[in-house]
Amino acid sequence: MQMKLFIPNLLANDEAGFWFPPQGSTVAESVDSVYFFILYVCTFFFVLIVGLMVLFMIKYRHRPGVEAQKTATHNLTLELSWSVIPTLLTIVMFWVGFTSYLDMRTPPSSAYEIDVVAKKWVWAFKYPNGWIESELHVPKGENVTLTMASDDVLHSLWVPAFRTKMDVVPGRYTQLWFNATKAGEYHLMCAEYCGQKHSQMITKVVVHETRGDFDKWLKIASDIHKNKTPVEAGEYFYKTRGCIQCHTLDGIPKNGPSFKGLFGKERKFTDGSSVVADANYIRTSILEPQAKIVNGFRPIMPTFKGQLTDEDITAIIAFIKSQK
Amino acid sequence: MATVVDSSDPKSNYPIQYRELNYLNCSKGWKSWFFTLDHKRIGIMYLMGVTVSFFLGGLFAMLLRTELLSPAKILMGPDTYNQMFTLHGAIMTFLVIIPGVPAAIGNIILPVMLGAKDVAFPRMNLGSFYLWMFGATFFLAALVIGGLDTGWTFYTPYSVRENNASIIAALLGVFVLGFSSIFTGLNFIVTIHTMRPPGMTWFKMPLFLWALYATALIQILATPVLGITGLLLIVENVFRIGIFDPSLGGDPVLFQHFFWFYSHPAVYVMILPAMGVISEVIAVHSRKHIFGYRFIAYSSIAIAIFGFLVWGHHMFVSGQSKVVAVIFSAITFSVSIPSAIKVFNWLTTMYKGSIRFTTAMCYGLSFLFIFAIGGLTGLFLATLATDVHLHDTYFVVAHFHYVMMGSSLMGLFAAVHHWWPKISGKMFSEFWGRIACLGVFLGFNLTFFPQFMLGTRGMPRRYYTYLPEFQELHVLSSMGAYLLGISSALMVATLVYSIYRGKKAPANPWGGASLEWQCSSPPPHNNFDHPPLAGDPYVMESVVYNEEIGGFVPAECQGDNNGSGTAAGEKEV
Ligand code: HEM
Ligand SMILES: [Cu+2]
Repeated sequence: MQMKLFIPNLLANDEAGFWFPPQGSTVAESVDSVYFFILYVCTFFFVLIVGLMVLFMIKYRHRPGVEAQKTATHNLTLELSWSVIPTLLTIVMFWVGFTSYLDMRTPPSSAYEIDVVAKKWVWAFKYPNGWIESELHVPKGENVTLTMASDDVLHSLWVPAFRTKMDVVPGRYTQLWFNATKAGEYHLMCAEYCGQKHSQMITKVVVHETRGDFDKWLKIASDIHKNKTPVEAGEYFYKTRGCIQCHTLDGIPKNGPSFKGLFGKERKFTDGSSVVADANYIRTSILEPQAKIVNGFRPIMPTFKGQLTDEDITAIIAFIKSQK
Repeated sequence: MATVVDSSDPKSNYPIQYRELNYLNCSKGWKSWFFTLDHKRIGIMYLMGVTVSFFLGGLFAMLLRTELLSPAKILMGPDTYNQMFTLHGAIMTFLVIIPGVPAAIGNIILPVMLGAKDVAFPRMNLGSFYLWMFGATFFLAALVIGGLDTGWTFYTPYSVRENNASIIAALLGVFVLGFSSIFTGLNFIVTIHTMRPPGMTWFKMPLFLWALYATALIQILATPVLGITGLLLIVENVFRIGIFDPSLGGDPVLFQHFFWFYSHPAVYVMILPAMGVISEVIAVHSRKHIFGYRFIAYSSIAIAIFGFLVWGHHMFVSGQSKVVAVIFSAITFSVSIPSAIKVFNWLTTMYKGSIRFTTAMCYGLSFLFIFAIGGLTGLFLATLATDVHLHDTYFVVAHFHYVMMGSSLMGLFAAVHHWWPKISGKMFSEFWGRIACLGVFLGFNLTFFPQFMLGTRGMPRRYYTYLPEFQELHVLSSMGAYLLGISSALMVATLVYSIYRGKKAPANPWGGASLEWQCSSPPPHNNFDHPPLAGDPYVMESVVYNEEIGGFVPAECQGDNNGSGTAAGEKEV
C-alpha cells in the first residue's frame, strides 16, 4: 500500500466539490442547494450543542469544595422556544425538499423515451429504434424518460451526478426522468442490493453534446455488422430475436435443439434423411424451418424470412459455429 | 469476608452499604441461575448473551472492514461478504441493540428503581430470556447452514427462494425473538403500572422508567407485525402462495411496508432506553436536578407515537406514490423535534452543575456529541430531494450507525458503567474505563464520519467492491473500526477485571437520588426489606458524600452518623 492512501483526498476530484460529484443534470443544483441549506442549519446546531457542552464541561467541572448550584428545574419559555424554533426550521426543510422533489419526479410532457430492463447484474437500455445497449447514451439538454422493469429482483438505478435514483421493481414499471446539462461520461449504478455481483452492476451514462451527435452515435451503434464481430452480432440476434427462448447454449434441448456443438454434427430428420449441419443447413433452418424437422422435435419454429438479412444470418451462423 | 455494615437499628436511615448475602451469592450452582426468577440474575444472563453477540457481530464487522480496505479481494469473495454483512446486521439489531438496554439493563434496574422486589411476572421474565436464547439459536443455525445473504432487511423477492433453510431459520429466529421482546415489554408495562412504591407518582418516576415504558409500548404494539411478516415470508418461501413474489402474483413493495412498519418503530426501541439512561447519567454525574422533566417524559411518549407514522421514509424511491412520499416526509420531521428537545434539556441540566468525568459520564457526553450528528443527519434523509440521492448509500449507513452504534450502544455502555457498582458490587478502574471510552469515541467517529462523504460522493451500500476513488475514505473507516474493536475489548476487560480485583462498591458511589442507590451494592435477593419511600428522584442534595464510606449517604443521616460510630463501617480497601 502506498503512503498516499493515508492522506485522504479531501476533494473528490477536480470538478467535484467536497461533498458531491459534479452536477450533471437540471435538478442537481437544486438538490445540492437543499443539501447545503440543511448542512448549514445542522452545522449551526451542532456547533451550538457541542460548544455549550464543552463550555459546561470546562466551566462546571467538579472542583473540591464547590457544589453544584441550584437552578430552575424547568422554564417554559426556554423549552417552548427550543421546541418551536426547530419545528419552524424543519418546516422550511420539508418545504424546500418537497418542491425540489416535485420537479425531480414530475415527468415532462415530451421526452426522449428509453426502456430499461435490469436483471442480475446487467442493465439493458432499449432505444426507440429497437437497439439494445448496456450503456445509457443520451443527448445533452433534452428531457429523457426511462421506463424501467426488472427481470428478477429489486434493483435501483442511480446516477450520482444527476442526483436521481429510482428502484426498478419486478412486476411493475417505474419511471425516472432527467435532463443532462453537461456532455461527458458518468457512473450509473445499482443501489438496491441484488445479490452476488450487486457491486459490479455499474455502467456508464454517456451524454452527447448535441442531439446530432447522439443520433449519429445511435445510427452507428445500431449498425451492428460494422461495430461488432460476426460472433457478437450473432449473439445479439440470438438474444433479441427470440432464438434464446427455444434454443439453449448448454447442450440441454428445450423446445428446439441446443446450439451447443451443433455445427458440423449429423442431423437426423423425421422423414428418415440426414445431413451434416453446415452453413447452408442452418440458413435453411432459419428461413424455412418446416422443411426438415429434426427427430424428437415438433414443427413449431416460425420462419424469419424478411426479418433477418443475409448479413444477419451469416452472423448467426458464426455465432452457432462458436458454440463448441 | 469484608466488614459488613448493617443498620440493625430499624429507625436508622443510614443505608446498608455491604451485606454478607446478596443476590449474587445467596444461592449457588448452575440451577440457581438457569431456573432463577430473580430479575437481576435474568438481567445478568441477558447481559452476557448480549455481550457475546456483540463480539460475534463485531468480529463480522472487522472482517467486513478488512475486506473493504481495497476494492480487490482481500479475505473473501462476494458471496461470503454478502452473508457476512447480513449476519452482522441481523445479530447487531436483533440480538444486541434491541435487547441491550431494555432486556439486560432494564431487567436489572427497573424493579430496583421502583423499590419493588421483582417484576410483575417473574416467570414470564425467565420465559422471555429462554425465548431469546432459543431465537439466538436459530440465528446460529442460519450461520452454520450458511447462505443467508438477504441483508437484515430480507427484501423480497430476493429473499424468496425455494427451500433455503438458512433464510427460514433466520426468519424463525426473528419470530421467536419478537416474542421475547413482547414479553419483556408487557412485563415492564404491568410492573410500572402496578408496582410503584408509595410516593412515586407518574411524574416522580425516574426518566429511565418513562423511557422503558415508552419502549415497552412500541415493543408490544409493533413487534407482532414483524412476527406476522416473518411468518408470511416463511410461508411464501415454503408454499409459494404469492404474497410478496411478483412472479407468483405478489407485491414486493408490500413487504417493505410491513417490514418498516415494525422496523421504524423498532429504531426507537433501540434509542429510547438509551435516552433514558442519558437522562439519569447526566443528572447524577453533574449532581443536578434534571432540567425540564416533563418535556423529556412527554417527548419519550411523543417519539413512541409518531414513530408509528413514519415508516414510509425508508421507501421514498421504492416506487410508492409521490403523495405518500410527501406525507411521510412531513411526519418524519415531527419525530426529530422530541429528540431535539431532549438534547437541549440534557445540556441545560449540566449548566452550573458539578460535573465529574466518570467513565459513565464520558460515555454520556460521547452520546450527546454522537447523537447530535446522528439525529441531525436524519434531517437530510427526511428531506425528499436529498434522500433521493442519499438513499441506499453509505450516507444512510453512517446515519444509522451514528444513532444505533454511536448512540444506542453508547447509551448501553454508559448504563453498564453507571450501574456496574450496583450490579456487581465492585468498582472498576476509572482510568482504564476512560481510556476505553476515549478509544471507542475516536474509533467510532473515524469509522463512520468518512462514510457520510462516501455516501454523498456516490458510494452505494452493500457493495463488495467499489470504484478506486473511494479507497482512501474506506481505509480511514477501517482504521477507525480496528480502534473501535480494540477499545470495546478493553472496556469489557476492565469491567471483568473489576469483578475479581475491584474495590467493593458502596451503596451509592455517584450520588444518585433514585431508589436503586438506596439498597446495598449488590442488592440483596429481595432488593428491599421494606418498601422504600420515594421522593423526587433528581434532588441530588438529598445525598452527600461520606469520606469514610467512599460513597454518598442520605443528607439527613450524615449529621447523626458522622463520628457517632453507631453504624459507620470501616472503609473496605
Ligand atoms: C432525528 C431523528 C431521525 C430522523 C429524522 C431519521 C430519518 C431517517 C430516514 C429518512 C431514513 C431513511 C433513509 C433511507 O433509507 O434513504 C433513516 C434510516 C435509518 N434510520 Fe433514521 N432517523 C432518525 C433517527 C434515527 C434513530 C434514533 C435511529 C435508531 C436508533 C435510526 C435508525 C435508522 C436506521 C436503522 C435506518 C436505515 C435502515 C436500513 O435501511 O437498513 N434513525 N432515518
Ligand atoms: Cu425510519
